Amino acid sequence: MKELKIFDKPENVKRLLYIFYASLVVLLIIDFFIHKHADFPWEAATNFFAVYGFVSCVALIFIAKILRKIVKRKENYYD
Amino acid sequence: MINSIPPAAIFIIGALFIPFLRGKIKSAYMLLLPVIAFYILVTIPEGKHWVVRLLDYDLIFGRIDRLSLVFGYIFSIISFIAILFAIQVKDDVQHVSGLIYAGGALGVTFAGDFFSLYIFWEIMAVASTFLILARRTEKSHAAAFRYILVHVVGGLFLLAGIIIYVSKTGTTEFAFMELKGLEAYLIFFGIAVNAAIPPLHPWLQDAYPEATVTGAVFLSAFTTKSAVYVMARIFPGAEILIWLGAFMTAIPIFYAVLENDIRRVLAYSLINQVGFMMCGIGIGTALAINGTVSHAFCHILYKALLFMSVGSVLHVTGKIRCTDLGGLYKTMPVTCLFCMIGAASISAFPMFSGFISKSMIVSAAGHGKLVIVWLMLQFASAGVFHHAGIKVPFFTFFGHDSGIRAKEPPLNMMIAMGIAAFFCVFIGLFPQPLYSILPYPVDYVPYTGAHVVGQLQLLMFGALAFTLLILSGYYPAELRAINLDTDWFYRKGSRLVVYIFTGISMKIAQICDFLFIKFFPEKLGAISRKPIISLIGLYYKTVGKDTAPLEGYSENPKPETVNLIPAGISVLFSVFFLMLLAVIFFVGL
Repeated sequence: MKELKIFDKPENVKRLLYIFYASLVVLLIIDFFIHKHADFPWEAATNFFAVYGFVSCVALIFIAKILRKIVKRKENYYD
Repeated sequence: MINSIPPAAIFIIGALFIPFLRGKIKSAYMLLLPVIAFYILVTIPEGKHWVVRLLDYDLIFGRIDRLSLVFGYIFSIISFIAILFAIQVKDDVQHVSGLIYAGGALGVTFAGDFFSLYIFWEIMAVASTFLILARRTEKSHAAAFRYILVHVVGGLFLLAGIIIYVSKTGTTEFAFMELKGLEAYLIFFGIAVNAAIPPLHPWLQDAYPEATVTGAVFLSAFTTKSAVYVMARIFPGAEILIWLGAFMTAIPIFYAVLENDIRRVLAYSLINQVGFMMCGIGIGTALAINGTVSHAFCHILYKALLFMSVGSVLHVTGKIRCTDLGGLYKTMPVTCLFCMIGAASISAFPMFSGFISKSMIVSAAGHGKLVIVWLMLQFASAGVFHHAGIKVPFFTFFGHDSGIRAKEPPLNMMIAMGIAAFFCVFIGLFPQPLYSILPYPVDYVPYTGAHVVGQLQLLMFGALAFTLLILSGYYPAELRAINLDTDWFYRKGSRLVVYIFTGISMKIAQICDFLFIKFFPEKLGAISRKPIISLIGLYYKTVGKDTAPLEGYSENPKPETVNLIPAGISVLFSVFFLMLLAVIFFVGL
């Protein structure tokens, strides 16, 4: 069977990450040139969504880790 | 001529013939049913159809208007895809119940009166249970049992509400209702169970991951979305739904991050997506309802696509846990691509279907100046990308190499996924056809610069957080563990109830056993055999005299054999006389 091995090479993973970071920078720059029509004042603030997206996901993981301490049980808990 | 049959009947009656067909004819027949249903829906004019008078009420099987038609279209389309995905399955139970289930969903969608709504509602509950049972494992049997119990309870609430409503108004027809009065609350509760509104949601994440590979595709489409339809029909603008919906988008994503079973991750993200729809129904403006309906349309397609792609993995590898999978892109690149299209759609990436529908709901929240709700929806949008968009494809197809080298699934499964993937991309690129069938006229433009860039920033920086957390090792590890949810209350609570009741009833049984099997019969038997001696003995005992003079008369410990009439004869007699009584009663009437 033919196999794809593109991500077996660390340099390919690195390349992908560089492309990813570059696209983030592009998104940050583009935002300065976008005409906004916002419902809320902060929505029009430059790069609001970038900050909110990042903070949301970090908060998500942070809270999930706390939640895990409370709700985690063994797989045979109900048996 | 074919228009005289309701689409629900085509599925439900059509399904009954499946066991008698074989081979290619069977496959063709099964695929033909949704095509016929779709054709009927395309050609039928709006209005009331298929009205049957039963007793004093009208059963309306065809309320055709713009709201019900959209759901009818998508239910037929997804039935076709799900049947195609399942066609190689050699288990008629699954085929028949899947089609009856789809028919039930169509019946609910076009029901114009409460009675037919309720009938189809219960048909769905029963038929869908078989899709879980058909996995034929101990776990799936238990999950199916809990699933049907929850739905029966929900159905009873709905029925109670319907009965009060009908006795109050004198009609079974229903339309918009205010959330006021007992009957409205009961009906609301019944629908909320099927819509999986927290804390009534755990049946979904409990049962769907235990269903069969192909059954889960059916399940992901019908129950919650038909509840969305009924909710949008009866309670648009009910303010409580805004908040319930907002919480519904947020709560499941924490669980989805922790969950190990990939289909359970998808089940949680399903609840999250239905939360957006509930929120839209609660807002209730034309934009919000349009957003809800279009989101349901898109959601059914991409959620089915996701369930199909990870279902394919389960089908070929037999494994579904994050801890067991990884690196499958190497030998299943096409399935991987389909999964990523589904992931991009659910994450609402521009160019994919979720983007053009979800943004309507979020914009409606913005236009309504609902600050906290808007922030919660944006948080949930970033969160859904995190778990359904990245986690599902990453841990299944990339991540650590599990060493599994599985082949792509069978061709029919690939085609089914291909069709769903095509719709996801097509709707994302050309939203106009979908917009043109929505209940209200659409003047919404999804592709504005601010919108696209804002959404991309939200998603990409969410992805950045994922990347950094994974690279730093802070991301919660995949563990072989389960996470408690609100089903704990009935799964553990039921044991408490059983413990209490068996405890009490065992005690009562023991006492009864002692009194009626041992104590009274023995004593009575002894007394009746030698009545005078026993009575004298008893008398002596109570007054404290010596019983020695009676020794010689004391009874034989072994009772003599007695000719008894067998109990069966007396039962026969009583049945006979009861029958006689019944005959006299009815004839006399």
